[in-house]
Amino acid sequence: MLLSRKFVSDYIDIPEDVDIKNLALKLTDVGNEFDSAEKLINATNLVIGEIVECEKHPDSDHLKVCKVNIGSNILQIVCGAPNARVGIKVIVALDGAKLPGGTIKKGVIRGVESNGMMCSIEELGLDHKFLKDEDINGIKELASDAPVGEDPIKYLELDDEVIDFDLTANRGDLLSILGMAYEIGAIYDKKVKDIDLSHKENNEDINDIFNVDIKTDNCSLFLAKKALNVEIKESPTFIKNRLIASGIRPINNVVDISNYVMLETGQPLHFYDADRLGDTIVVRMAKENELLTTLDNEKRVLSENDIVIADKTKPIGLAGVMGGLSTEVENDTKNIIIESAIFNNVLIRKTSNKILRSEASNRFEKGIDPNRTYMAIERAAALLEKYANATIMGNTVVYDKTDKKEKEIDITVNNINEVLGSNLKLEEIIDIFRRLGFKTNVYKDIIKVVVPTRRLDISIKEDLIEEVGRIYGVNNIKGKLPIVPMKKGSYDVTTREIRNKMISLGLNEVLSYILINDKDVHKYTNDKFEEVKLLDPLTEDRNTLRYSMIPSLMKIFEYNKKRNIKDISIFEIGKGFYKKDTYSENNKLCALMYGNYYFGINNKKSVDFYIIKGIVEELLDYLGYSNRYSFTKEDIPKELHPGQSASIDVANDIVGVIGKIHPSITKEDVYVFEINLDKLLEKKVSKMKYKEISKFPGVTKDLAFIIDKNIYAEELIKTIKKAGGKLLKDINIFDIYTGEKVEINKKSIAFSLYFEDSKKTLNDEEVMQVFNNIIEKVEKTYNAQLRDK
Amino acid sequence: MKNEKIEEVKNLLEIDKNNISNMNELNDLKVKYLGKKGLITELNSLIKDIPNEEKKNFGQSVNEIRTIFNDFYEEKKNLFEEELLNKKLEKETIDITLPGDKIKRGSKHPVNRMIEKIEDLFVSMGYDVMTGPELETDEFCFERLNLPKGHPARDMQDSFYITDEYLLRTQTSAVQARTLLANKDEPKPIREIVPGKTYRKEDDATHSHQFCQCEGLVIDKKENHVSLADLKGTLEIFVKEVIGDNLDLRFRPSYFPFTEPSYEVDVSCFKCGGKGCPLCKDTGWIEILGAGIVHPNVLRMNGYDPEKWGGFAFGPGLERLTMFRYGIPDMRYLYTNDIRFLEEFDRKDDCDAIK
Repeated sequence: MLLSRKFVSDYIDIPEDVDIKNLALKLTDVGNEFDSAEKLINATNLVIGEIVECEKHPDSDHLKVCKVNIGSNILQIVCGAPNARVGIKVIVALDGAKLPGGTIKKGVIRGVESNGMMCSIEELGLDHKFLKDEDINGIKELASDAPVGEDPIKYLELDDEVIDFDLTANRGDLLSILGMAYEIGAIYDKKVKDIDLSHKENNEDINDIFNVDIKTDNCSLFLAKKALNVEIKESPTFIKNRLIASGIRPINNVVDISNYVMLETGQPLHFYDADRLGDTIVVRMAKENELLTTLDNEKRVLSENDIVIADKTKPIGLAGVMGGLSTEVENDTKNIIIESAIFNNVLIRKTSNKILRSEASNRFEKGIDPNRTYMAIERAAALLEKYANATIMGNTVVYDKTDKKEKEIDITVNNINEVLGSNLKLEEIIDIFRRLGFKTNVYKDIIKVVVPTRRLDISIKEDLIEEVGRIYGVNNIKGKLPIVPMKKGSYDVTTREIRNKMISLGLNEVLSYILINDKDVHKYTNDKFEEVKLLDPLTEDRNTLRYSMIPSLMKIFEYNKKRNIKDISIFEIGKGFYKKDTYSENNKLCALMYGNYYFGINNKKSVDFYIIKGIVEELLDYLGYSNRYSFTKEDIPKELHPGQSASIDVANDIVGVIGKIHPSITKEDVYVFEINLDKLLEKKVSKMKYKEISKFPGVTKDLAFIIDKNIYAEELIKTIKKAGGKLLKDINIFDIYTGEKVEINKKSIAFSLYFEDSKKTLNDEEVMQVFNNIIEKVEKTYNAQLRDK
Repeated sequence: MKNEKIEEVKNLLEIDKNNISNMNELNDLKVKYLGKKGLITELNSLIKDIPNEEKKNFGQSVNEIRTIFNDFYEEKKNLFEEELLNKKLEKETIDITLPGDKIKRGSKHPVNRMIEKIEDLFVSMGYDVMTGPELETDEFCFERLNLPKGHPARDMQDSFYITDEYLLRTQTSAVQARTLLANKDEPKPIREIVPGKTYRKEDDATHSHQFCQCEGLVIDKKENHVSLADLKGTLEIFVKEVIGDNLDLRFRPSYFPFTEPSYEVDVSCFKCGGKGCPLCKDTGWIEILGAGIVHPNVLRMNGYDPEKWGGFAFGPGLERLTMFRYGIPDMRYLYTNDIRFLEEFDRKDDCDAIK
């Protein structure tokens, strides 16, 4: 919403010492944020001049050397405009003048001194949509009576200031000059002036010649008046300039008046060419696929949810959004039907979202005060009479189902102070309501507040409290902490523990987007689910919610790889989404590793399966799942390397996947794992409890077996554990060998076994008995051979 | 004659003493004097030929030489050992300025650092940390927050819909309705925060289609008077704790359908200190959150009687706070996850002393 200071000053006296920025800040303090507050024309050092001499430039085909009388002086100015000639009054930018395009400086143009510039309207910085060809192509020619030496901006009545507001959705009332006047009035404690609705009407009665037929509940108020013999011409300067300041392009006096009244009152109007309209207006819902050509010459296909204005046979306008081409006011229009109406705001919003957001639809969807509907049609009649020489036909066609009664809300001083935490007195509160233009009556401790109909946003006590807070100034309320019964705050720190563990293991935490390309959603998983797709995505590359987080992390890998980063170890705790009967989501931990892993800066190792597996094991141990997990080769997604990937099994349930990215996807050695945290964490772990440490020394014994290559270490360990019994406390694999010293298809695998008895010092005999038992079991079970006995 | 022998050994020892330059020579000397056939050992064997009355004197003289030798030996030995140790130490001396072989650690994403900080602060004030679904229903995201379908304020939050009913939540406030509703049979006071991801259909330099928010909600019995002043006090602590002490706070009346009154809260621009700069669009203020007194309709719709219960809610966007705290100039850095960017956040956060 653009607010012209000149325009609003018709209705409220803004103290003169208040500059535009200050006014904007004051309005911000009461809840109306602004984007900018500045002069309509941002140019300095301009003066009206008259060209008194105009010669051809000696060294140029198109330049002229002019002598310009600026009152105090006669300046020589070199000018290239084709319309520069003796006798015209012009806008002169003096040496040092700041224009939107830059600063004007004295200079020499092709050997001739030039002491300024003569300006076109374009050079003053008006938006192109407001300019005519002549405003762009040549210097501005002022009227012959323009006073030489004076300020041309003032002379052109463009000496206005504009605030661009970013209004909240509830304050539809501020989409009008009058509404803004009330708001400013409340701040500076000034009274809003009356709007002039006075006009004459002839003896005819419009009701005798014109019918309004409302066939839908979605139009609650419809008024029509007729203006006869309008004279279509250019609008007076003040109307044009105010429209420009408000961001609307002037067309002709009649169209401009409809916009001007909308700006003043907030009630959008529509003018029909009465002679092309016929004698009846019908308001009804559109039929499915009904067609209408709108003012912008576009053919619109309508639906049952669009409200249309129609004649007896066909739609002639899209109610509240845009008029139709067939009844448009044109230069030869003689008679006008003025429409001032209220339509269902939700439907207007739907239609305008589909077709076009206009100044009118913006106002309709935020709601209209029915009293303004009446005011606006009278105001339009008054202006048409005054500025288009129209004769206004007597009376008005009225269809009205609205309630125009002012709301009355009861409130107490306590109500207000309790919510605001303030200490306001009755008189202060009454005064704030008075400034807002709300009438009050006090009965005992109850204040009865009468809310004007223009404030559609106010319907309950809390709304009034907000009003008091706004005008009193929230920054005058001192902050404190709630006084409530004390209680413990609680939170689940598991996620944080996992995060910290991963960080301590050397991985960097990332934050990725959940939206991915639907092509990737079924990758890195064999789970069966229906993907979750957006109805209307921003881009096709982000049209689906991820299921696995691996695609998100792969994107981050690629980004960093492109920037030549060689070691990438990242993880994220986030969500995956899917549909199985209902929409669901689960928490996941995903990690990706590539390049070197650092045990120390000088002790690094290329990431391989065992490093990332070590990370997973360390995490699972940390979370309390020691001895309850295993890695199996079942069900590996096809995007992972079949020989270097596994499913992660915790307590006999697959909770995740780990492995190398398949070489068909990337040639780089990238390893990933992903764990479904919801699935993992539902598995209970035992409480951490101290176990007595042994006071007796243990014995470490090493041994190595030569066995078939395809026997998994995990099986061997299980066998050894079983054979080792209670005395065997720890098993470590410290070497795996394949090569010349063992047969093909065989491998040597070396274990370090630790034996301990918590009750006594072990003797050799006891250890050897267990040790031999282990050897025997392994040899027998796997046809293994003890190495280097 | 016997005494002469003693003198002879004594003199010889004095001469030999000067020719010892290392441990080997010292040990050879020990053999020469104290070995089985050593000179002093031999003197001892002479004692049997000494007349009884002289035996005592003779023995004393021999012991004297022995003591002289032993003292000399100990002294020299210590000297040689120290020399040896010094040599060893010198040989073992390294360049202590070379970098240590440190273990590379990972880093915590700055937005999650911010979330943890906020969680710790509010838990210390008795708030619970709650979560809710990101794939939310229109009912909880909007309708139960006093934002019926077709409401113009829905424009403030352009949404990613999945179906007519399901969408990616546009605000963590969605959890407000869930908490209230969960307690509707037996309403009780609520103090909660909800940090989490939210989504809106916009993507430009200052908006990411995915971002994080942290809803805060305090509901208590009407007689406890949880007011706007309490909201202000709470947010003042919040802002100072998570961004910094030297910032000013400004409350600006605004509009949200789920609170009444509603406010937007600005902090003085961290870049220009409030003088005005391009970052704060010359206003000196930067908006960081929306807040307000919970709308009676929201309470009523979710099972709390607004005549008996009341409170406040607030919802900061976390990316902006994170940018302020760490001086990150561009929101997009938070989502590009450049390893070099991430690795900057690998140390302990600043800690606030008890004030």
